[in-house]
Amino acid sequence: MVKGFTISDIHQGLKEKKFSAQELAQNYFKKINSLDEKLGAFLEIAQNEALSQAKRVDESISQGKKVSLLAGVPMAIKDNILVKDIKCTAASKILEGYQAPFEATSVKKLRKEGAVFLGKTNLDEFGMGASTENSAFKKTCNPHDPTRVPGGSSGGSAVAVAADECCCALGSDTGGSVRQPAAFCGVVGLKPTYGAVSRYGLIAFASSLDQIGPIAKTIEDAEIVFNAIKGKDPKDSTSVEVPKIKNLKGPYGVSSRAVKIENLRIGIPKEYFGEGIEPGVEKIIKETIKKVEKQGAKIEEISLPHTKYAIACYYIICTSEASANLARYDGIRYGLSKDEEGKSDLLDVYLETREEGFGPEVKRRIMLGTYALSAGYYEAYYLKAQKVRTLIKQDFEKAFQKVDVIFTPVSPFTAFKIGEKIEDPLAMYLSDVFTASVNLAGLPALSLPCSKLGKLPVGLQIIGKPFRESEIFEVGRFIEKIV
Amino acid sequence: MISKKEVEHVAKLARLGLTGKEIEKMQKELTLILNYFDLLKEVDVSQVSPTSHSILLENVDREDIFKEESPETVNKMLAGAPAKEKGHIKVKGVLG
Repeated sequence: MVKGFTISDIHQGLKEKKFSAQELAQNYFKKINSLDEKLGAFLEIAQNEALSQAKRVDESISQGKKVSLLAGVPMAIKDNILVKDIKCTAASKILEGYQAPFEATSVKKLRKEGAVFLGKTNLDEFGMGASTENSAFKKTCNPHDPTRVPGGSSGGSAVAVAADECCCALGSDTGGSVRQPAAFCGVVGLKPTYGAVSRYGLIAFASSLDQIGPIAKTIEDAEIVFNAIKGKDPKDSTSVEVPKIKNLKGPYGVSSRAVKIENLRIGIPKEYFGEGIEPGVEKIIKETIKKVEKQGAKIEEISLPHTKYAIACYYIICTSEASANLARYDGIRYGLSKDEEGKSDLLDVYLETREEGFGPEVKRRIMLGTYALSAGYYEAYYLKAQKVRTLIKQDFEKAFQKVDVIFTPVSPFTAFKIGEKIEDPLAMYLSDVFTASVNLAGLPALSLPCSKLGKLPVGLQIIGKPFRESEIFEVGRFIEKIV
Repeated sequence: MISKKEVEHVAKLARLGLTGKEIEKMQKELTLILNYFDLLKEVDVSQVSPTSHSILLENVDREDIFKEESPETVNKMLAGAPAKEKGHIKVKGVLG
């Protein structure tokens, strides 16, 4: 199933001097050169910078220094995460040509481990979309069928990993943007617990929902990258130190048990099956659950009764937060500016810069969010959604009293055709139906490829209790072996 | 359907220039999406308090310490601005 090298393959190869980090990087650039014209995963290639990073790794190895697992590992970074001195656009014309003056904490941590950054990957503008079609710069194709979307918004990162244009990648997930493209492209993607990974240097979309997460070929690789980027950061006040499982308290219960499949209690929420889900996808997910049950796990039907309100709740909250976050693109400090000679009015600079710089979906969300926060509507929309958010969160808290993890499909369907939903914003929003609740509740969740429907991958979502990423990985590793 | 005037009002609040065609399209699309949001009307939240952040419950304070950035970083931060003067970003008149 795994195409190309995993992190441990690379580590072994470098240690045994089968290849150098520079040769490896060169090889990946060759691959990108031959594949990416068709796939469109990358917005920016950073060949010189990557090769000098790789050179430093080779020097350390030749000096006999012990290098970390991630040393020399070629990675791709979603283009809404800042890599110092490399262009960063969030796939928006409003940031065309913007050079990152500082580095995201997650990237800094990976750089310290010796990871090599090959380039920046395509996305839906500012992370707003489920197909990567909302990029202002290029289309990205699904490597399993180029007439179909890769999912989104981290579509470029998922494609780069799936097509082995890199070993692993970073994405960001606000309502499913790591998990859904991972599922559509047949790779592993993790949305960590809210706060587990610093958001410093991630271009903000919806601050109470955004998390950076790894996209990789295997559970092991996703875990290595997650462990490298997690942790409290003084530069992100919402980040926390991931507690040891034995110290976890709170509404999710204190008990911690080593994950043994025969002890595992798996919740299957009835609201995630039936109406609206492609029958082939449902069949594959149910077969996977059966396989796990055969190994001794206890399967329990559960209810998350407020699931049907998740999309409405999510889109009110994320557009409200986005309308505030995107106010910073005003043509004054950086990015596109229509501040031209002869123009006297500051308001005109704002209006024209934003009219020209933002794409249709971003404008739509700014409008929705501004509407939801405006006088007279605040209580009916934003405050109401925050209260429904509490109910959605409580649904999970109740469910996790009875079960250890929850299994659902990642998406109700496999990758759809390019162009199929782009003219129907509401249909695109409904693509997030199985993923958005997890962000509202702040929980960790993994997307794991489990089978294919025709040539298109289907992903299983494993939702865990807060800060129990290690348990999710354990469960995932087990399933990875049996599917 | 929300009115053209409402769309124009919200666009002004958002400092967003829209063409006539965009305003028309926005009217239709926003109406459709806002109607979908009405689904929340059926949820009884009279006894529920709002959630703004899922995990973090406490405010985080830090000492108010000024940290000087290197001139290199300052220059990089300024590099993207369209109009500058003596190390400052130049803005059009705000008042009158």
